[in-house]
Amino acid sequence: MSSDTLPDAANASIPDTMTSEGSVWSLSDNQHGATWMLELKNLSFRAGDRRILDGCSLGVGQQEIHALLGTNGVGKSTLAYIIMGCEGYRPDSGDILFAGKVINELGISDRARLGITMTWQEPVRFEGISVRDYVSLRNPSCDAGSYLRLVGLDPDRYLCRMVDRCLSGGERKRIELASALALHPRFVVLDEPDSGIDMLSFNDIVLVIRQFRDHGASVLLITHRPELALMADRASQLCGGRIVVTGTPQDVTDFFLAKNCAVCAEVVCDA
Amino acid sequence: MPEREDLLTAYRRCGGDEGALADAETPHLLALGHAILSMREVSGLEVQTSVADDGITAEVVLHEDVRLNRPLHLCFGVLHAEGMQRITMRIHLKKHASAQIVAHCVFPEARKVQHIMNAMIELEAGAEMRYAETHFHGPYGGIEVLPKAMVRLGDRARYSADFTLLEGRVGALGLDYEVTAGAESIAELSARIFGHGRDVIALREKVVLNGENARGLIKTRIALEGEASAEVTGITEGNAAGARGHVDCTEVVRDKAIAKAVPIVHVTHPLAKVTHEAAIGSVDKKQLETLMAHGLSPEEAVDMIVKGILR
Repeated sequence: MSSDTLPDAANASIPDTMTSEGSVWSLSDNQHGATWMLELKNLSFRAGDRRILDGCSLGVGQQEIHALLGTNGVGKSTLAYIIMGCEGYRPDSGDILFAGKVINELGISDRARLGITMTWQEPVRFEGISVRDYVSLRNPSCDAGSYLRLVGLDPDRYLCRMVDRCLSGGERKRIELASALALHPRFVVLDEPDSGIDMLSFNDIVLVIRQFRDHGASVLLITHRPELALMADRASQLCGGRIVVTGTPQDVTDFFLAKNCAVCAEVVCDA
Repeated sequence: MPEREDLLTAYRRCGGDEGALADAETPHLLALGHAILSMREVSGLEVQTSVADDGITAEVVLHEDVRLNRPLHLCFGVLHAEGMQRITMRIHLKKHASAQIVAHCVFPEARKVQHIMNAMIELEAGAEMRYAETHFHGPYGGIEVLPKAMVRLGDRARYSADFTLLEGRVGALGLDYEVTAGAESIAELSARIFGHGRDVIALREKVVLNGENARGLIKTRIALEGEASAEVTGITEGNAAGARGHVDCTEVVRDKAIAKAVPIVHVTHPLAKVTHEAAIGSVDKKQLETLMAHGLSPEEAVDMIVKGILR
C-alpha cells in the first residue's frame, strides 16, 4: 500500500517524504493536517537516572505499517511498553493518543479493549495453557488453526501443545503472532517479530505483518533490520530518545545505515 | 445401602467415574471410614482386605506379566463432619505387570476428620504402575490428611504418582512419599495443590536413585491464597552411574500466603547428576501483562495463569 492511497484514514494524509527541522529530521504531521490512529506527542521517560525518551513524537496512520528503526538499547522496546501501558512505563510527560483520545491513564487491559495489542520481543512461556487456548483467548469459538496456518505452523502438530518451554523460540514467536492476529487488533506493536525466526522464513513474517494490515490494523513494526523495515509504508528512526527521521522506508534505512543521525553526535548512542 | 450412594455422590463430585465402579470388568475397592463397601477383583489381580477398629488393611497383588486393561479404582472417604479413616495398603506388582490405579479420597463435610494412609508399594523388575490420587475435602478445612508411601522399584520398573487437591479446602496436609529406584527404573512424582484460607501444606517427596541409569523427577505445583502456607521438601539422591534426577517446584502466592521450598540434591557417585529448580512468588509480571495485552482483566489473567500451573 502506498502512502497516498490509505483508505478511510480519517482524513489522514501520510507524509511521504522526509522532512527536517534544523539539523534534526522530524515528523511533520500537523503541517500535513494528518490525524493518526496512534500519536505520540513529546513523550519523555526516565528509568532511574537514565533518560530513555526525550520529546519523542510519532504518528501512525490507519492501516499503515510503520517501521521503527534504531540500534540496540536505544529505547524501541521501552516505547512499545509505554504504548501498551505496562507497569512502570508511564511517560513522565507527553501524551499518547489513540484514535484522537489521550490514553495515558489507561491500563493494559483497557488499552487492549480499545484494540491495542503487542507482541513481545521475547514472548513469555505459559505452563498448562495450550496453543489452542492461547490463540483463542478472547474468542474461544474462533478457528485457532487458521491463524496458525497464517504464521506457517501446522495446526495438527501445534494446537494441542502447551505454550511452554518445549517450544523453540521461533515457534513461540509465531504463536505470539497468531494470537495477536486472532485478536483482530486496531493497532499492534510488533517488537522485533523476526528475531529468533530462521532466515528461510523471513518472507513468512513479512506476509504475516501484511495480514495485520489486511485485517484492518495499524502496525508499529520495531526492528533493527533494514530489510524488514523496507516492507513498511513509512519508517522512522529512534535515537537519543527522539524520532530523528521519518520518511519512506528506503530513505530512512539509507539514513540509518549511513549513520547520518545528527543526534548521535550530541548524545550517548549505541550506534 | 445409603452410605454407598452418599459416597458415590461425593465420588462423582470430585470427578470419579461411577460407571467404572458398576462395570464387571473394572476392578475397584470402596471404603467408607473403616468399612469396606464394595470390592471387585479381575483375573490376575488379587485384593485382600481386613477391617479392624483402628483401620483397614488392603493388599493388592498383580501377578507376573499381567497387564490390567482397565484401571483399578479406589474410593475412600468419610462423609460425616467428624470421623477418622486409617488405611494400610500394600501394593505388589510382580515382574512385568502393569497397572493404572485411580484413587479418589472424598471428605465433603469434613470439620474434624483425620485420614491416614500408609502405603507400601513394590514393583518388581519391568513392572509399571501409574497412580493418580485426587482429593476433595469440602469447604470447611477441618481435616488432617497424612498420606505416606514407601515405594521400591526393581530394575527397569516405571512408577508415576500424581497427587491432586484443587477443589475445596486443603485443611492440614502432610504428604510423605519416598521412592527407591533400581537400575534403569523411572520414578515420577507430581503434586498439584491449591491452598486457601488457613490451609497448611507440608510435602516431603524423596527419590533415591540407587540403580545405574535410574531416572527421577519430582514436580510440585502449588498455588496459595488467603493465609495458606506450604513447605515443600524435594529430595533426590544420585547414588549410581548414569543416575539422573530433577526437582522442579513452583509455588504461586497471593494475599498473605506463605510458601517455602527446600530442594535437596545429594550425589554420591561421580557419574550421577541431579538438578533442581524452584520458583516462588506472585504471578509472573510478564505473563500477566502478556495476557492483559490480549484483553484479559488482571483477575482473569491471574486465574488463567494459576489454573495453567495447576493443570
